[in-house]
Amino acid sequence: MNRFAALLDRLGYEPRRNAKLRLLVDYFRHTPDPDRGYALAAMTGALMFKEAKPGLIRGLVEERTDPELFRMSYHYVGDLAETVALIWPAPGHESVAPADGTPTIGHNNPPPHVPTLTEVIETLATTSKSDLPARVAGWMDALDETGRWALIKLITRELRVGVSARLAKTAVAQLGGIEPDEVELVWHGLEAPYEDLFAWVEGRGEKPESGNPAPFRPSMLSHPLEDEDFAKLEASEFLAEWKWDGIRLQAAAGRGSDGRPVRRIYSRTGEDVSRAFPDLVEALDFEGAIDGELLIVRDGRVQTFNVLQQRLNRKAVTPKLIAEFPAHLRVYDILFEGEEDLRALPFAERRRRLEALVAKLDDPRIDLSPMVPFETWEDLAAARTDPASVGAGLDADAIEGCMIKRASSPYLPGRPKGYWYKWKRDPYLVDAVMMYGQRGHGKRSSFYSDYTFGVWREGLSGEELVPVGKAYHGFTDEELVKLDRYVRNHTVKRFGPVREVEYGKEKGLVLEVAFEGLQRSTRHKSGVAMRFPRINRIRWDKPAAEADRIETLEKILERGEQEVHPLKDQEA
Amino acid sequence: MALRSTDILTQTPQGLYCPLGDFHIDPVRPVKRALITHGHSDHARSGHRSVMATRETLRIMGVRYGEDFADSTQEAILQESIRIGDVTVQFTPAGHVLGSAQITIEAGGTRVVVSGDYKRAEDPTCLPYEVVPCDVFITEATFGLPVFRHPNTRAEVRKLIDSVALFPERAHIVGAYALGKAQRVMALLREEGYDQPIHLHGAMERLTELYKSEGIPLGETPKVVAAERSKLAGAIVICPPSSIQDLWSRRFPDPVTCFASGWMRVRARARQKGVELPLVISDHSDWDDLCRTIQETGAGEVWVTHGQEDALVHWCTTHGIKARPLHMLGYGDEGEAEEASAAPADAGGNA
Repeated sequence: MNRFAALLDRLGYEPRRNAKLRLLVDYFRHTPDPDRGYALAAMTGALMFKEAKPGLIRGLVEERTDPELFRMSYHYVGDLAETVALIWPAPGHESVAPADGTPTIGHNNPPPHVPTLTEVIETLATTSKSDLPARVAGWMDALDETGRWALIKLITRELRVGVSARLAKTAVAQLGGIEPDEVELVWHGLEAPYEDLFAWVEGRGEKPESGNPAPFRPSMLSHPLEDEDFAKLEASEFLAEWKWDGIRLQAAAGRGSDGRPVRRIYSRTGEDVSRAFPDLVEALDFEGAIDGELLIVRDGRVQTFNVLQQRLNRKAVTPKLIAEFPAHLRVYDILFEGEEDLRALPFAERRRRLEALVAKLDDPRIDLSPMVPFETWEDLAAARTDPASVGAGLDADAIEGCMIKRASSPYLPGRPKGYWYKWKRDPYLVDAVMMYGQRGHGKRSSFYSDYTFGVWREGLSGEELVPVGKAYHGFTDEELVKLDRYVRNHTVKRFGPVREVEYGKEKGLVLEVAFEGLQRSTRHKSGVAMRFPRINRIRWDKPAAEADRIETLEKILERGEQEVHPLKDQEA
Repeated sequence: MALRSTDILTQTPQGLYCPLGDFHIDPVRPVKRALITHGHSDHARSGHRSVMATRETLRIMGVRYGEDFADSTQEAILQESIRIGDVTVQFTPAGHVLGSAQITIEAGGTRVVVSGDYKRAEDPTCLPYEVVPCDVFITEATFGLPVFRHPNTRAEVRKLIDSVALFPERAHIVGAYALGKAQRVMALLREEGYDQPIHLHGAMERLTELYKSEGIPLGETPKVVAAERSKLAGAIVICPPSSIQDLWSRRFPDPVTCFASGWMRVRARARQKGVELPLVISDHSDWDDLCRTIQETGAGEVWVTHGQEDALVHWCTTHGIKARPLHMLGYGDEGEAEEASAAPADAGGNA
């Protein structure tokens, strides 16, 4: 366990991908089976513990600490696993229990014994719910701060050390000098602790059977388009599509060894999300892999992202949910057709193959993302501003800009330069006044990095600021330092991790906030909620009295509602 | 009848003030008469008319602000009571840095102790903390959360020595506050048997010389010469925290960024600074020591000057001790003040 904890610890401090890879390869090389296999399982998210849940840890630490001190500590540290690891009153420490004499150490716990990773994983997987707390508490007592931290990360199944499943598999591939995709292709047939996989990559065993006839292939991603890019790009070499405001998915289908169809849906990072979309899985009546956008379509009309979110937020996928929020796949690329790998073909050629496939499928749940015709970048700029004018029709409000793809581009994993660009719609801007600062989490813990801001409105007792949103990004690290200092130097009240700052007509800091859209909200005092708000600029120069008013937001909201419900007036 | 504690000590915009003796303690703005607990720049500022402090603290202020930093100075002898106005004052070691002291004020049967910054952990470079029983204890709370439990300092220093052995081709750049932390790290390295020269950033030089002249053995500590930086593979270099991410440190062979600070206990803090080898070494009390010290003084009332006041006040309250936060501004807001005062890199020119 200590070795695994040390690995996680070092990975957490190491920002460089290649150095992370070296650490992982080194760990896999020098750690015996089955420990290394369980480590791999932990890093690829393949572990599932039925009874060991984050609540278990919370319960244990609550018995041993003052809740108020725990809350303050958590707000300071910004990471639950780390807070518990540090605050845990291990034997030998002075007691920090409340004064009421609650014992701090369970006397019935087994004696401290530093467990191996395998022991931890196997125990977590098999121990009954009633025996688990004592086992975990015993380990916590025996481990040091780093060991406890790693143990909690295992139990909560959130390692957060900057290692993706892909990177861990790449390290296994490097161990044996093979391509990461080869590991990816056999991966789905394997189970922890992966002794057969390690045996194969180290040349000691047979290649494991590929258990997955419908594997994930890494997605191709785009770069944001900057204004200066247009001068360098020749319009005639590119094709354009709408950028849909949905969720990127890869749909793969094949046949299992028993000849039965296997259909899977993956997120763009390769997570298998098939179970969430049984209605869409059913429609994958082909063999190959296609790339597209998940949307909700009702009566032939694409719904906004807000509607899509209502389906994503539900845990149980019921027939009612499916009927109310029918999933739809709008496709824009094809990677495989049957066994044929199309990824090296030019985009224009793949597009023809995709069009043919969609026509053959002939299923209303899967359709093509249409091309946007243009000759010059000015044409495209006009289309982007007003999608409805170039054929997007009623779907226009589910469009968040354009995708521009080089006609000759192959389908490459990752974010290669020079092929695909996204050209997002300009965001809305509003000048608001900072009202509260809150400590951030993770890398920004102890910086006041989350800002609540408000706009002016006519209140019961005159002009007042009403909070309209909260943003925690959009600024540079240098600006963060300045904003943090501003919050500290202008604090008027403190509520735990939150500080209220000075604001009013005469004083206050104006933030130019960019956001993608507005929604009515009963949860917010102002009645509106922003989508993706971020700090666009800090207006150190602008007097707070000149910040925007709530009416500005109301206007955006009304305009949006007309766009979303163009038929409402006629129906009324 | 015993005096009320607020008759002995009050809070003013300049800092803590004793009306009966007409002096301030560690004032953040220039005052007529200042009593100073220790030489860190957020506590010992320049511009006061008269300053009273231990001999070492007066020397440190002289090095930082020039010998004429006050119109008059008065040396405080440890453990010796002196009368100032209507109060009796005494300085007692605080164990924080060289010369650091707690200041006890007594009048009419009530005793108030202003501890300044203090620690209970071992430190070969200064006198150890001594408990002064009192009615009112005024404490810092820089690490006043139960997540801060400083580990054994020697094990942290051995981590550094082991890393140097593991990466002999890389320079280890250790960020450490110029007063106290830097010299403590050097002294601990020596006690753990590290006998190679320890290279110093220019900003470390004068205070390190001062420590040596006070009889603290730190071994050979050459100043880093700009042109020689590329030759320092396998060396330990100590610099101000602000320099670890400077261009200055990038000129060393494949540097390993280290930082000696109590903040290194929290991962996010280490990552924010781009630290690869965090060394949890602090000159402040950790949570357990703050709580233990409060209990040992027997104080019925605790004032918390700065740091994580809320948590420590909460702990006091749940342990039947009256406590209040002072929310004092100007003292190292989370430890950054000392860093900001660090001198520029390569002080003494680009030779």
